[in-house]
Amino acid sequence: MTLFRLKTTLGATAVAALLAAPAMAVDLQFFFPVAVGGGAAQTIQDLTTEYMKAHPGVDIKPVYTGDYTSTIAKALTAAKGGNPPQLAVIGAAELYDLIDEDMVVPFDDYVSADKKQSWLGGFYPAFMANSQVDGKTYGIPFQRSTPVMYWNKDAFKKAGLDPDHAPASWDELVADAQKLTVRDASGKVTQWGVRIPTAGFPYWLFQGLAIPNGATLGAPDGKSVAFDSPAAIEAAQFMADLTTKYKVMEPGTLDWGATPKAFFEGNSAIIWTTTGNLTNITKNAPFPFGVGFLPAKKTFGAPTGGGNWYLFKQSTDEQKKAAVEFVEWMTAPDQAAKWTMATGYVAPRPDDWETPALKDYVTKVPGALVARDQLKYAGPELTVYQNVAITQYLNDALEAIMSGQKDVASALKEAQAKATAALASYQ
Amino acid sequence: MSLWDKLATLGGWLLALLWIAPLAYAVWTAFHPAAYETHFDLLAPLTLENFPAAWVQAPFARYFLNTVILVTVILAVQLVLGTFAAFAFARLRFPGKQVLFLLVLLQLMVMPDVLLVENYRTMRILGLTDSIMGIGLPYMASAFFIFLLRQTFLQVPTELDDAARIEGASLLTLIRRVYVPLAKPTYVAFGLISVSAHWNNYVWPLIITNSVSARPLTVGLSIFSASDSGVHWSVINAATLMTSGPLLVGFLLFQRAFVQSFMRAGIK
Amino acid sequence: MRRETIHAWLMLLPALVVLATFMHVPAVETIIASFWSTARGARPSHFVGLKNYERMIADPVFWQAMRNNLVYALVTVPLSMGLALVMALLVQGRVAGRAFLRMAFFTPTVLPLIAVANIWIFFYTPGFGLIDQIRGLFGLHAQNLLGTGSTALYAVAAVAVWKEAGFFMIFYLAALQTIPTTLIEAARLEGASRWQIFRRITLPMIMPTTLFISVNAVIDAVRLVDHIFQMTQGGPDNATNILFFYIYRVGFQFWDTAYAATLTVVMIVILSLLALGQVVLIDRRVHYK
Repeated sequence: MTLFRLKTTLGATAVAALLAAPAMAVDLQFFFPVAVGGGAAQTIQDLTTEYMKAHPGVDIKPVYTGDYTSTIAKALTAAKGGNPPQLAVIGAAELYDLIDEDMVVPFDDYVSADKKQSWLGGFYPAFMANSQVDGKTYGIPFQRSTPVMYWNKDAFKKAGLDPDHAPASWDELVADAQKLTVRDASGKVTQWGVRIPTAGFPYWLFQGLAIPNGATLGAPDGKSVAFDSPAAIEAAQFMADLTTKYKVMEPGTLDWGATPKAFFEGNSAIIWTTTGNLTNITKNAPFPFGVGFLPAKKTFGAPTGGGNWYLFKQSTDEQKKAAVEFVEWMTAPDQAAKWTMATGYVAPRPDDWETPALKDYVTKVPGALVARDQLKYAGPELTVYQNVAITQYLNDALEAIMSGQKDVASALKEAQAKATAALASYQ
Repeated sequence: MSLWDKLATLGGWLLALLWIAPLAYAVWTAFHPAAYETHFDLLAPLTLENFPAAWVQAPFARYFLNTVILVTVILAVQLVLGTFAAFAFARLRFPGKQVLFLLVLLQLMVMPDVLLVENYRTMRILGLTDSIMGIGLPYMASAFFIFLLRQTFLQVPTELDDAARIEGASLLTLIRRVYVPLAKPTYVAFGLISVSAHWNNYVWPLIITNSVSARPLTVGLSIFSASDSGVHWSVINAATLMTSGPLLVGFLLFQRAFVQSFMRAGIK
Repeated sequence: MRRETIHAWLMLLPALVVLATFMHVPAVETIIASFWSTARGARPSHFVGLKNYERMIADPVFWQAMRNNLVYALVTVPLSMGLALVMALLVQGRVAGRAFLRMAFFTPTVLPLIAVANIWIFFYTPGFGLIDQIRGLFGLHAQNLLGTGSTALYAVAAVAVWKEAGFFMIFYLAALQTIPTTLIEAARLEGASRWQIFRRITLPMIMPTTLFISVNAVIDAVRLVDHIFQMTQGGPDNATNILFFYIYRVGFQFWDTAYAATLTVVMIVILSLLALGQVVLIDRRVHYK
């Protein structure tokens, strides 16, 4: 491109902007990540098209933005460039950072009083735990998940275990996993008892140990963390013991993406992964399998996860109103049911589960109910200010523990110190 | 055949098998059901269903077209801008030449990817977000190419240059008739680097584009990558093959011509 | 004389405008940003002097990323260049199946790293991954190459070598074609061994190409991180965190733009020193030829 043509383009753009008639329809754009296989992106597109048919006054453009990480990178870049979307589906755990960046506004101001009750008040409390701040709702649960345990019933039978009884406590998990860990004559392991993927973002499944053990990692106000409490250290020690002491889990950090395959291949008899994997595992597991709660210590428990709708600040009131109406429609039971069936995410409202579609679905896929029922024990995913950085400190510590580079207590103490320093300016 | 030749052949084949392993694996998984992703059984049933499964997840034909347009436009502009700049640095005398040249070379060390936020802002002012032009513009002057071509131009014998000038050729004619033909290998070599780099570029296109009409292939492929629900090698690899296949076949067909196009002079 | 200056400027202007707009101006903004704090929403940034640099000096992850990057470069640069030359020598001769070999070596160039990373994850997967399946044939135990601190960096470096070597081969192949066969034949008549021919004729003749490739190899040793995003995300415990990956993480995941700017400045300085050294080398060769 020569300079001349560059200038022409510039001029043309300016002229076009001046001549453009005021838009009749409200234009909206939203960013969404895709973190499950299958036609998730297509489902979003279809739902949006359906909405626009019924609402000719709005023009909505869904923008696929890669995974969660690239979605927030793109949203922040666009916002700093003065061109943010009106809506985005971003990780629920990014709540405080989005507020901190002054990018989002609560939905409350654009919702009528009775809707506040019926709509905002209608989600599972476990999902709202990291969606609201000071009574204001910043995130509307959408593609939410929680980790569950999957077990290979054939392997249970072979090990002399009851294939219909999942290990319900840490002790049972260890006992069962020891029976499920199979070694050949040379001592080489041909089947591991359990696999908790710990590469990349181990903090999430670690919370599946911390929450049952009574450890709350992040304060509700998002301004402090407790990584090195005795309960957290005990939970991390248990995770490390699975490989070092009980020798029922493959040593080193374990990849998240290869975990379902490890299950199918009989490499691991029990796996922990998101309920978002249910569709995949149902389709591809070559053996009967069970889905259960994560095992209990003091209580049952698991973190929530996944993404919420956020409403962006830099848009007109008209756009915000239209955006909120759209989100309300997208999270209404009929649409939530479609979304859950397409992706395997947990439908986030009790009334979603009363729809004929979902009622029918759970008779076919009873495992889908496990995640829902586990919600009453669930705690929020670690959600604090500077969330990605602070989560990373914890990830580093857990990876160091699992790959045998540091001992549990000192790794977590180090992470705590780093997090405390990073959060100092928020006190 | 000497022992040495036999050893070399053996080693070459081992190395080649190692290098083609990812492609071989991609072919294996793409044409077999997912259950055979990790079992290499010669009698495994063949299937074509992974291709339509991948095809429906993103508009790959459009992405492919976008990528082709993108790499072509970038390369074309890089070559034109680079030729003029390289000629000026190689053969014209003007004040501030050294300083300017150093300023250009700085780009070798500054990754455009770390300047995302600033460049996004600029694109917005230019009205070029969400366009193929917006993806390509930051790359359209390549310091590496200017440097490379300047080296080549410096080696053009001044007698040739003088002769053409005496005949009254304008600078443009001189560049077109004398310099460009002599630097053909440099153009080919850089063309390869440029196409390869932009064929693979991911982060900036993802940030700057919003719609199917501008997105390149890598963004389309990413739909299979970071997945909550585990890696589906069969479908990912079917998509990879569909999108890389044309290039591979092209190389297979034209590899002789391609290598020879570097010609006598080589890259200097 | 003045006409020449005008011509020069006209020829340079388009390239300079692009470079200035998308590189110099934002780069200067980056340098300035490194002396300020990160703005967050309602809290504007303020001048902090050298604080970001002090923080960097005290940041163990930064030093680890530097060390990792050094190892990564020391593995990928010589290995990818050496293998590229070996490959080129192989497919230049009359080896059986030359077309197949050429294509095999060329595959990494056309397969996008974002797609291939998943294949490598399978290769490295402990237990049922390809490498462990092959090791299993020899009765060897499973090993977790990506999940162990001591091996992960080499495992991702191997992917980079795979990606690079085939690409560089093409340039070596082109360079080898330019060596006059008469030169080699003459040497052979005089009884020179293969090694002597390689050492005394081939290597010096392809020296310019070697320098050209080395610039690319060094830049890529810093820039090539796409596969790290997918394969390890810098882990376990930063074992595969290299400088550019760290900059991206700090800047676009932590949104600590000021600190990312500081790290960027350091990277630019290091790369400048490296690249300037190489450029001077290449320049010398051309001038004193």
